[in-house]
Amino acid sequence: MVHVSMTVNGRNVSAEIDPRTLLVQFLRDTLRLTGTHVGCDTSQCGACTVHVDGAAIKSCTTLAISCNGSTVTTIEGLAKAGKLHPMQQAFQDNHGLQCGFCTPGMIMASVDMVNRCGPDLDEATIRHELEGNICRCTGYHNIVRSVAQGAREMGAAATAQAAE
Amino acid sequence: MYAFEYHRPTTLAGALADLENADAKPLAGGQTLLPTMKQRLASPSALVELSGVPELSGIARDGDAVVIGAMTRHIDVAQSPVVAGAIPALAALAGGIGDPQVRNRGTLGGSLANNDPAADYPGAALALGATIVTDRRRIAAEDYFTGLFETALEPGELITKVSFPIPQKAAYVKFPSPASRYALVGVFVAKTADGVRVAVTGSGESGVFRVDSFETALSANFSPSALDGLSVPADGLNSDLHADADYRAHLIGVLAKRAVAAAG
Amino acid sequence: MSATGIGASVKRLEDIRFITGKGRYVDDVNRPGQAFAYFLRSPHAHATIDKIDASEALKAPGVVAIFTGDDIAADKVGGLICGWMIHSKDGSPMQAGAHPALAQGKVRYVGDHVAVVIADTYAQARDAGEQIVVDYTPLPAVVDPAKAAEADQAQVHDAAPNNTCFNWHLGDKAATEAAFAAAAHVTKLDLVNNRLIPNAMEPRAAVGDYDSGTDTITLYTTSQNPHVARLVLSAFIGLAPEHKLRVIAPDVGGGFGSKIFIYAEETVCAWAAKKIDRPVKWTADRTEAFLSDAHGRDHVTHAELALDASGRMTGVRVHTIANMGSYLSTFASSVPTYLYAPLLSGQYDIPAIYAEVDAVYTTTAPVDAYRGAGRPEATFVIERLVELAARETGRDPAEFRRQNFVTQFPHQTPVIMAYDVGDYAQALDKALALADYKGVGARKAASAAKGKLRGVGFSAFIEACGIAPSAAVGSLGAGVGLWESAEVRVNPIGTVEILTGSHSHGQSHETTFAQLVSDRLGIPIGNVSIVHGDTDKVQMGMGTYGSRSGAVGMSAIVKALDKIEAKAKKVAGHVLEASDQDIEFKDGKFTVKGTDKSIDFGSVALQAYVAHKFNGQELEPGLKESAFWDPTNFTFPAGVHICEVEIDPETGVVKVDRYTAVDDFGKLINPMVVHGQVHGGIAQGIGQALLEGAVYNDDGQLLTASYMDYCMPRADNLPSFTIDTIETPCPSNPLGIKGCGEAGAIASPPAVINAITDALGHEDVTMPATPQVVWRATQKAPLKRAAE
Repeated sequence: MVHVSMTVNGRNVSAEIDPRTLLVQFLRDTLRLTGTHVGCDTSQCGACTVHVDGAAIKSCTTLAISCNGSTVTTIEGLAKAGKLHPMQQAFQDNHGLQCGFCTPGMIMASVDMVNRCGPDLDEATIRHELEGNICRCTGYHNIVRSVAQGAREMGAAATAQAAE
Repeated sequence: MYAFEYHRPTTLAGALADLENADAKPLAGGQTLLPTMKQRLASPSALVELSGVPELSGIARDGDAVVIGAMTRHIDVAQSPVVAGAIPALAALAGGIGDPQVRNRGTLGGSLANNDPAADYPGAALALGATIVTDRRRIAAEDYFTGLFETALEPGELITKVSFPIPQKAAYVKFPSPASRYALVGVFVAKTADGVRVAVTGSGESGVFRVDSFETALSANFSPSALDGLSVPADGLNSDLHADADYRAHLIGVLAKRAVAAAG
Repeated sequence: MSATGIGASVKRLEDIRFITGKGRYVDDVNRPGQAFAYFLRSPHAHATIDKIDASEALKAPGVVAIFTGDDIAADKVGGLICGWMIHSKDGSPMQAGAHPALAQGKVRYVGDHVAVVIADTYAQARDAGEQIVVDYTPLPAVVDPAKAAEADQAQVHDAAPNNTCFNWHLGDKAATEAAFAAAAHVTKLDLVNNRLIPNAMEPRAAVGDYDSGTDTITLYTTSQNPHVARLVLSAFIGLAPEHKLRVIAPDVGGGFGSKIFIYAEETVCAWAAKKIDRPVKWTADRTEAFLSDAHGRDHVTHAELALDASGRMTGVRVHTIANMGSYLSTFASSVPTYLYAPLLSGQYDIPAIYAEVDAVYTTTAPVDAYRGAGRPEATFVIERLVELAARETGRDPAEFRRQNFVTQFPHQTPVIMAYDVGDYAQALDKALALADYKGVGARKAASAAKGKLRGVGFSAFIEACGIAPSAAVGSLGAGVGLWESAEVRVNPIGTVEILTGSHSHGQSHETTFAQLVSDRLGIPIGNVSIVHGDTDKVQMGMGTYGSRSGAVGMSAIVKALDKIEAKAKKVAGHVLEASDQDIEFKDGKFTVKGTDKSIDFGSVALQAYVAHKFNGQELEPGLKESAFWDPTNFTFPAGVHICEVEIDPETGVVKVDRYTAVDDFGKLINPMVVHGQVHGGIAQGIGQALLEGAVYNDDGQLLTASYMDYCMPRADNLPSFTIDTIETPCPSNPLGIKGCGEAGAIASPPAVINAITDALGHEDVTMPATPQVVWRATQKAPLKRAAE
């Protein structure tokens, strides 16, 4: 067993874990943060996407112990003070989800996309940048619109914040 | 995943000491190793996490080369102004590995040490004539890639950095496998003072390889039309569900022309 | 139309939990003291099991129990069943081999269940599973359905000679032969409808939980139809009587058919939980999902279309070999029969149709319904035939279709179906305009100038859904009725709970059903909640598949709401001191006709429960009603899809450049949701046409057992879609709606392939039309067409 501690959604957590514990297992089984999902074994579907130290990663392909000392954000930590993150709101506004299983990973990947690529995203960029996430329900049509809206609103929020 | 011991050294010396155990494996980005272990196809007795070793990171221009630390993530190579200025084809290649989440964790050294025949970096290393620097020696790319998932690395030997000579022009064009998005065929073309080098990844039964006939033709005339009528034989190329050897051979020719055109 | 009523694109009420990570899927369920199951699966496609030695595994850390087929047999756990009886041409019943939940004596596909290991942790169970020693004697695999019935093939089931499940037929053979004898032109095609793996993003999972105090088993499972699961597990498999078996299907992450069926793993988890008196949890990893989820499609077909000299279609003749896989899954036999051949008339007035279907066993995973189920296969046959016939006879594919459209309704086809209503030409015209069909020539020229090939393809699909009239399907062999139930519980302050037998796993029922209730009762949509997926809460229901939740499930709600309104009028009459005949109900208010005396819905609800204003012996207190709706017909959504592709002949890459769909789903409850269903269906159909295909090698090993090799559509494989609708209200249900869940997947594969073959100038392309397939096809010279 090894000792791991990290900050998850602003909360300091620590536990004794088997070194082979994946980050997603730590989140789901130890912390009971079940919003992060597992959809494949080969690191392709992206349902397990979370942010570690500000970057989107696949928590099924990351050891929990590798995140010792890191700051982790999951889908449960995205809304602040009861207000949905603009990307979450955009997915609802644009019917960017159906069964909801891929959605947490989609949203976390999309937030990361905006952080890397900026708020003005054209359709081709969005589709390309979603390469690491698979959805079986929506045909991506409304996900693309969701991400575009979420990106614009993240940009507007950042501008407004900078002006304050 | 089978059980293993976990080490997280903070110095290169510490990492090498941990890797003296023959069944230990370095954990670089883990983007290939961990899925393999999850499917119980690999069972190292120990993993040695390298992310805490500062000597293994960084990107720097060193004369006529760009030197990149082994633990540099793909995203860092893709976004590096140093790489973009000196070898834009390398930055573009790194920006096309896997997907954004994979690029946020996967590393140069991990990719080269694994030498997956469908990986992208081996194409760049071979075409650019890179030198793989380890804890104990410098290995020319020619000598480094020895077969499928096989390299010249000795047990316990660790890549510390890679030196990529700066070409006059270069481009990499990948044809991804429809399902996995790994390279079904990837062609890296580099024009250097010593001539043109063409490396093909994703296709060879023994991994990455160079195409002499293309290099000769392009060294004489660096334009797509120089490759008219030339082809690589299907013998020695992989056949799988997504592409048989004939199709791969055909794609190599197409992509090589496109790479030359992209290199300008 | 109110902002939340019928016809409004109301944002989904269920979204909040999904976008905040608060969805509750089966793998999120954890029961105190739970153990974990690992299924040891067959590495062989076909083998006898000679011996299973679990003695070392039983000693491994954390192991609680190991069970095999012998234990299942000793406990008299029944086999998995197929609930639809098909009879062969000669009248004999289909041959169904036994399907034990854990293999008994023989394994029949890679992934077949050999043993279950139950341990304190999943890792321990899996570790121990590797220590079980199984002696197999491998037998030859049977992989190719086209050859499965040949004499030299190994026998999958002793009960099914020549690996044949049935030889079925439909239609008038003599009339069809006569039509072909008199034909001016006959178009012939050989087609393979590629085998698909459904790949709902949530892998299947189950948690069995036994309460010895009440002798009750609770099974949490990823099901589209928890009551059907309970019925089968109880009445046929015999785990417990229905009142001692609770099945809960909480949030379910997509189904597409694959979660209709009752599988071995959930059966074993429920049974073992009682056996060891401890909760047992299992969650498939993706590899297990690939190996053991029921696959879809897998038809090999020869089809012919007869035309007269004027271009009228006079006959269709089809022979199909359908791969059933190794065992008959829950509804497998219905898919290539009654969900297939009755759709072979398409949107066309064709006087004679004859179809023969040979269903065969192979040593591959069971094959059952996958989005569309039979109807995509039929649509692929007819729409490929029609497109080719137009090409062969020099006719415009749109006008050739128009010439043959059914225009008078109702229309009785020669293959069972009675089309109730439609306007196929209207959809065609709208699609042609939206797709800018007139501009195709110019766009083809522009592509050619870039060295690319452009093609356009049509699919004028019709399907039969909203399944189905119970007596009708019963006469065709169904073991169940296909009505739906609803219960409307009005609470004393006027909020409403709807308990439905339908199950939402992406279909948006929590929103669309609430829209219906809000609209009808004139109450805020936030005052309505939808309860589903729990057999202890909801009365018997039939679940969600076959695009039935709107047409059948919502109709049951309407019927129950009718009863609520009638009862509420009586209560209102007592309160307002008027006859209930004189009470009008509108916009949430009960009013005495011709007066200003009124009372709102919530107050009536309260009066119904306090029962102060009426005699409780004459009028029952309370306001709760239930209803069962049994449809009188299928619904027949139809539409025209037009696909435009551009092919890079150097690489074979096909880009779907434009995709236009104009569909008729009758009245729409929520256009946003309907469009979303169409988007997803089209994506799966484009996936079938271009990307997806399950491949077994000659030894019966599944080569496409992960996302490394099975190509799922990703965002950059697809364009944005141009979607529109027309509306001919369905006459057979009170809302005038038709099913929309499967249409996209039914319509799109032939549209894509017709576009590719148009670009190539010949028909020699198989699905999936991967870059390699298409590049090879570009090497073949275009055919000289009649039109040229």
